[in-house]
Amino acid sequence: MLHEPSLSLPGFAPALPVCDGTMHLILFVLFAGLCLAGAINLLLQSHPINSALSLIVVMTSLAVLYLLLGAEFLAAAQVIVYAGAIMVLFTFVVMLLNAGREERTLGSRVARAVGFPAVVTILGVLATVILRAQGLGSASLHDGITSTEELSAVLFTKLLLPFEVTSVLILIAILGAVALARHGDGERMDGK
Amino acid sequence: MTILQFFLWSLLKVAVVTVVMLLGIAYTVLLERKLVGRIQNRWGPSRVGPFGLLQPLVDGAKSFLKEDIIPTAVYRPLYLFAPIIALGCALISIAVVPFGAPDVGPGGLHLFQISDVNIGLLVILGVTSIGVYGIALAGWSSNNKYSLLGSLRSSAQLISYELALGLSLVGVVLRAGSLNLRVIVEGQSSKGILSWNIFGGLQFIAFFIYLMAAYAETNRSPFDLPEAESELTAGYHTEYSSMKFAMFFMAEYANMITVGCVATLLFLGGWTSPFGNLIPLPQNIVIHALLPIFWFVLKVFSFLFLYVWVRGTLPRFRYDQLMNFGWRYLLPLAILNIVGTSLWLAYR
Repeated sequence: MLHEPSLSLPGFAPALPVCDGTMHLILFVLFAGLCLAGAINLLLQSHPINSALSLIVVMTSLAVLYLLLGAEFLAAAQVIVYAGAIMVLFTFVVMLLNAGREERTLGSRVARAVGFPAVVTILGVLATVILRAQGLGSASLHDGITSTEELSAVLFTKLLLPFEVTSVLILIAILGAVALARHGDGERMDGK
Repeated sequence: MTILQFFLWSLLKVAVVTVVMLLGIAYTVLLERKLVGRIQNRWGPSRVGPFGLLQPLVDGAKSFLKEDIIPTAVYRPLYLFAPIIALGCALISIAVVPFGAPDVGPGGLHLFQISDVNIGLLVILGVTSIGVYGIALAGWSSNNKYSLLGSLRSSAQLISYELALGLSLVGVVLRAGSLNLRVIVEGQSSKGILSWNIFGGLQFIAFFIYLMAAYAETNRSPFDLPEAESELTAGYHTEYSSMKFAMFFMAEYANMITVGCVATLLFLGGWTSPFGNLIPLPQNIVIHALLPIFWFVLKVFSFLFLYVWVRGTLPRFRYDQLMNFGWRYLLPLAILNIVGTSLWLAYR
């Protein structure tokens, strides 16, 4: 029995030696599987709202994987921004348009003849390249947690320029949306 | 502490907190009915038990025993899943809330908090943002115009006010320098009421914004447009009956309690006493453990009281007023508050 003076758990995963490797591995397999299942379900479902919900499952399981890598802030941001805000807009649009079921077609023969071999080739090429390549860097499942302080220190010193440039990108997107909306307004005025 | 012990302790804490939370929900409903009754000059429930205190039990039994009607035209999987999401998310977010002093407990265990997370505040915001799906899917899968309109209103309202809510918390986080709820509370504990964020931290504007946004987030009056009876029958839960309706109902009250807990932790000093060190700390370990919980519960209770009071007093907003208020007033005010707080912190 271990008598740690304080069992203040630094994150979600208990920092106990017993569960170092196995617990992380179990969680990783569980949520990676969930993530893949969600992604496959996303493609297979014919109803748009089911696809959107599968995408939410993918996003949240990705958040858990980030958490296992010790990136807690990223995990929270993933859930709040992607699962909580962007996907709500997705479902919102599906609900507003009241989109029905997709029609299932068998697809064109050409697509099947070319598509499946192409997918297999691309996967094969990617796999060989990744397996051949050395020193790609590694990400390990460990107990350490990158705190929000460390993350923001890097973000606002080393990566300040890319960070700020990204925000300009978002500004451009907003301006584009406003311009489109105003344009539509103007046309309606002309119609009158 | 072995992994097994840790697991058992956690299980115990989860069980106790869930039971207390469900009781809290039941009695918040009673509190609301009693208080609104008195505000409207009538008695409220008074027949079952002394002062109507057993009313929640009877209500629960009634919800269980009512016929469970599932309309034929609903989209079944999501119709059944929606109340689970709503209630599940409402109950999960309490897991990171610290109720009492952290220094009590065997072997450094936090007895009064299920899980101490570095990013506790973000976890609460994340779980609440997932909770929107419960309402959105309920309205859509019901295949009913009132339900759909109610859930669309609700989602739009939640998204709009979530911004103001999140931004109003930034000032507090700036002051504490942490997203950990325990650290945020401990930062307000030095001089009692004078060091609470709402007074000493000069975050009263943030508190006001949080209060407004919280009413909107929990779909409470005066922002209860998603379930405006006069326009939408019952909004997103029109087609729900029996226990499924009760689950939405419980989710609403659970959210009220969570919002009250967050307000207490962030603005009102959490479990700390309003008198600071004026009253010497009792040496008895039981009193030492229970006194902080008393303060915490008292603060959450006053918040809930305020909720009901507002409901009994104010009429409902119109939809355009709601959106205007959120985007034109609350959001800029929240941004100004962040700028002001940052300048003040930098100057200090």
